[in-house]
Amino acid sequence: MSTTTSNGLRLVALLAALGCAAAAGAQDKRHYDFGTTPSEAELARFVSPLPDGRGLPQGSGSAARGKAVYEANCLVCHGDALQGGQGDRLVGGRGTLVNSDPTRAPVKTVESYWPYATTLFDYIKRAMPLTAPGTLSNDDVYAVTAYILAQGKIIEENEVLDAGNLAAVKMPNREGFIPDPRPERFPAP
Amino acid sequence: MPTSFRHGASPASPNDVRRRFLLGAGAAASAAWLREGAAATPGAIEHPVPEDPSKVPGVPLEDTSYGARSQFETEVRTRYGKTSTALSSWTFTPLQNSMGIVTPSGLHFERSHAGTAIVDPARHFLFLHGLVQRARKWSMPDLRRFPSVSRLLFIECSGNGLTEWSKPTLNTVQETHGLTSTSEWTGVPLSTLLNEAGVNPEARWVLAEGADGAAMTRSIPIDKAMRDCIVAWGQNGEALRPEQGYPLRLIVPGYEGNMHIKWLRRLQLADSAFMTREETSKYTDLLPDGKARQFTFEMEAKSVITSPSGGMTLPGAGFHEITGLAWSGRGTITRVDVSVDGGRSWREATLQQPVLPICHARFRLPWQWDGREAILQSRCTDDTGYVQPTIGQLVAVRGLNGPVGSVYHLNGIQSWKVASDGKVSNVHHY
Repeated sequence: MSTTTSNGLRLVALLAALGCAAAAGAQDKRHYDFGTTPSEAELARFVSPLPDGRGLPQGSGSAARGKAVYEANCLVCHGDALQGGQGDRLVGGRGTLVNSDPTRAPVKTVESYWPYATTLFDYIKRAMPLTAPGTLSNDDVYAVTAYILAQGKIIEENEVLDAGNLAAVKMPNREGFIPDPRPERFPAP
Repeated sequence: MPTSFRHGASPASPNDVRRRFLLGAGAAASAAWLREGAAATPGAIEHPVPEDPSKVPGVPLEDTSYGARSQFETEVRTRYGKTSTALSSWTFTPLQNSMGIVTPSGLHFERSHAGTAIVDPARHFLFLHGLVQRARKWSMPDLRRFPSVSRLLFIECSGNGLTEWSKPTLNTVQETHGLTSTSEWTGVPLSTLLNEAGVNPEARWVLAEGADGAAMTRSIPIDKAMRDCIVAWGQNGEALRPEQGYPLRLIVPGYEGNMHIKWLRRLQLADSAFMTREETSKYTDLLPDGKARQFTFEMEAKSVITSPSGGMTLPGAGFHEITGLAWSGRGTITRVDVSVDGGRSWREATLQQPVLPICHARFRLPWQWDGREAILQSRCTDDTGYVQPTIGQLVAVRGLNGPVGSVYHLNGIQSWKVASDGKVSNVHHY
């Protein structure tokens, strides 16, 4: 049998080692060199800003221009006063998060709940509008972001947003999040 | 299982079911039979039903085929009716008639944020970039060349049971617990891909992004990414189902379901979390003091009796097997206790082997019902020593901020009331 040869034994040992490594979740340190190196152009289509603004694309927009973008693309789901409908309510709700009344829901909106303005740009850029995601230009996304933030009285009506200042927008609920404290220990009931 | 003991969604009406006809010689007979008005069930092929199957030939074997379930079976996923659009919604696994620990792929629960993406694998690539020594781009054939692993793992949506925080709301175990399913997933360890690219020392988080209309994104800690995540193309011995992320899904064992990014197209490493919409405004747990818990990753130990369960009717007093599922995102289930008196006394259930980490475990307990009202509960323990709490214990810690409390991560003990007439219903009892 070929497995009685030294090469065969080494092969068996290697396969066994790989099997054990996989079973134990151990990391595979080998290099396989499958695949290719993506080009800058291929990666440029992906936009994922960090909360400090790194990764935001070029472009800019104002609330005034954003109003038109909103009315053309967003109003049908989010309402003429950003009050929500098929889509989420976008403004209002400040002061409703502190609540222990089980009959009254907190109003979680961009204005009341979202901690970072970069998230708003990121989400609209990637996923909105629902029926044609990823179709808005960077200028349009900056503009409609400005419109929503201005309607939420978070920025001034005439402020122009771009990669240089979006991350500096101070969201009302910026300090509203805490790390997961679990696991909680409960005594056996 | 006695017929009267079963509970499932009603068979869909003939008008809203897509029928599959036998082509060729059988088509005329099938069509004639269908005109008689019988309803089809999703996933089944309708055949004429002979009076005595031993007196006629059966259906000839096809040269090539893909199997279908029996035309007499009716289990289906059901969609939660209160989402504003079917494009961002969820469907529940019918746990009430589940057997063993594996969920059939066609019954695995669904949650998507922009519908089910239809992705051509020949034009699908996985990109890995950011804080790595060399960015990579892999085709599906490239990925399948890597050494692969297979692992049975549950996935549970963190919103499983969200309607049940303050009072019993939905009727069946499908609706209260049906956002958990177990499959065997096959793919390449994410650590293999990360090592292939070379992780820079300052990298702390991995962004995973889907190729769907939501371009669904979540940030995953680098230590978790290196520990046990899998970039999977296989589910239960075949390619992923479209609604489970075909052709590629990130598996993040034990973490909340939305992090298992479907239609995975991109991984980006960074020195901080990306703070995407889904990890700030959505999958966070708002407490009564106005602060929200963030990055509540693990799905903690949980169990539920799947039979008898809400909506069923016991055919009468006497012997019934109590059975259900238990699982923990932090490890392996070590024990399940069952109470038939609302938690006053407990008996240890039998765990069906295999009992695997981060996987559904099946438990069973024989029960002699005396015909009087009973409250059935199950309580599990995992190998970290964590004991499944009551809903009351959870509410005492997390409060009820609004009608559905902190919304996500409800892993409390479920209570089913068996009335003296045998009817089983969803109750709160703690």
